[in-house]
Amino acid sequence: MSTTRPKVVVTGISGNLGRVVAKLLHREADVIGIDRRPFVGRPKDVEHVQVDLRKKKTDEVFRRNKVDAVIHMGIMHDPRMSQEDHHSFNVLGTMRVLDCAAKYGVKKVVMLSSANVYGPSPQNSNFLTEETPLMAASRFPTVRDLIEVDMLAHGFFWRHPEIETVVLRPVHIVGAAIKNAPSNYLRLKRPWVLAGFDPMVQLIHTEDVGRAMIEALRPGRKGVYNVTGPGEVPLSSVFRELGHKPLPLPHLLAKPLLSTLFKYRLASYPPEELDHIQFLCMVDGSRWHAETGWKPLHSMRETIRSVLGE
Amino acid sequence: MLKQGLRKWTLSMAGTDLDERLEGSRPQNEYGVDPWGYSLDYALSAVGPFLWLYKNYFRVDTFGLEKVPAGRVLLIANHSGQLPVDGAMIGVAMLTEAEHPRPIRSMVEKWVPTLPFISTFFARVGQVVGTPENCRALLEKDEAILVFPEGLKGISKLYPQRYQLQEFGLGFMRLALETNTPIVPIAVIGGEEQAPAVVNLKPLAKLLGFPVMPLTPYGAPFPLPVKYRLHFGDPLFFTGRPDDDDSELEKKVKVVKAAIQTMIEQGLKDRKAVFW
Repeated sequence: MSTTRPKVVVTGISGNLGRVVAKLLHREADVIGIDRRPFVGRPKDVEHVQVDLRKKKTDEVFRRNKVDAVIHMGIMHDPRMSQEDHHSFNVLGTMRVLDCAAKYGVKKVVMLSSANVYGPSPQNSNFLTEETPLMAASRFPTVRDLIEVDMLAHGFFWRHPEIETVVLRPVHIVGAAIKNAPSNYLRLKRPWVLAGFDPMVQLIHTEDVGRAMIEALRPGRKGVYNVTGPGEVPLSSVFRELGHKPLPLPHLLAKPLLSTLFKYRLASYPPEELDHIQFLCMVDGSRWHAETGWKPLHSMRETIRSVLGE
Repeated sequence: MLKQGLRKWTLSMAGTDLDERLEGSRPQNEYGVDPWGYSLDYALSAVGPFLWLYKNYFRVDTFGLEKVPAGRVLLIANHSGQLPVDGAMIGVAMLTEAEHPRPIRSMVEKWVPTLPFISTFFARVGQVVGTPENCRALLEKDEAILVFPEGLKGISKLYPQRYQLQEFGLGFMRLALETNTPIVPIAVIGGEEQAPAVVNLKPLAKLLGFPVMPLTPYGAPFPLPVKYRLHFGDPLFFTGRPDDDDSELEKKVKVVKAAIQTMIEQGLKDRKAVFW
């Protein structure tokens, strides 16, 4: 490597995953974080620009620094936020980041998408490859902004062959402080399950996702990749490992019940999320595996138990 | 526990050396399943009742099981009987009777994952949804895959059409060529008489969301205690382009169909009675 340290912009740096990436990266690179939230526990050598990604001020960060790479994770997944905010933040924010990358000569763009863009469905093959159409919105329209963001990066990949664009679609990310739907669900002491359904699930530890994002920075890497963790387990085994006692409900009852609860704000999961505990949404991570020699650091047991903060 | 009891029962019927014969035949993770959700322990417990049916109810005679080669293989059979007893019996034969026992993976209809309990059961005993991607991935892992190329048209035939092979799909041939997989033709004799359907109530099927709704003279298609005979043929090897015209693939499929047809005719000729 050259004597000058590479400059990397990390969006969404104040989130749990963002902090993991910052920690892994700040010794080798000059990290500039962009996040409208405060950055708790920021390492001293990491710069934080507290600004909304959609704002013009984002440009300034790129104009003032000679940015080599961008890691874009500034994407919201909170179904409780208004649809409009969600869509605007994710889509406009991503467009702003990509525009800046093209305009200011960034050489590498790494974007965090998700294996959820394929969507759970009874028709799914067990292991979906990167070429599978992104059908999640057909059953769950609320996630269409996440698909749009993935497609934006995809389009950017083709329009800018001079920039190495990497789109990572990791499986369910879990971790102690992670507040996403799968981690929250696994932390429930008496989680709902659908009686008679026990789909195989794939999980990945936050730290392993962070490592994958860093791995994607390596010169030469570009393209769309599914990223898998330590393997596949039945949902029931996950709860057994955690010592939680699931509450089986008939699937025909669970959906209308959860709809009602969600409507009156008594549940934090939209009813469409039930598809994830009924049908398969697993991916084939062999491309990433073969091209990078990928090995997750955390075993399945550690990954599962990480939601408890162990 | 029920699971342990069933497992013991299976071993008592199949011979206690089954465990040893199966040893090392399956990569499983620390949670006892393979990436597809198949569990050998679960399968050994679940197969108990089917093995009992195999031995005592359908009294299955299996011919030529030794012809199934090691490694990847496509088992292609005729389909009959309203309920997929034929698939279960072929599965039992492969898992408990073969010298080198192995689980078969079959390709199930896409509505199976929507059924509670059944979806889980099928996954744990190694069955997967019938997509070309699933089939290809399993063949590349050197699995044995059972395909009924007649599909629903075969299993839901009415009694007057018994032992008349329906149109074969071409998908299995394309996958065989693509993955360089030998094909073992299988003729199943007996299934056609287990539940002689006289009518298929399509409107009722539609109402209940079932693909078909066959009725027998005695009502629901409950399988009668017919005697099953499974004839395994010599492996067939094909070469050619998997993306060839359908007409070229059809020629190859016809070879497989003819092999099954010949075995069915021979099997019917040799059979003295339906129930014994």
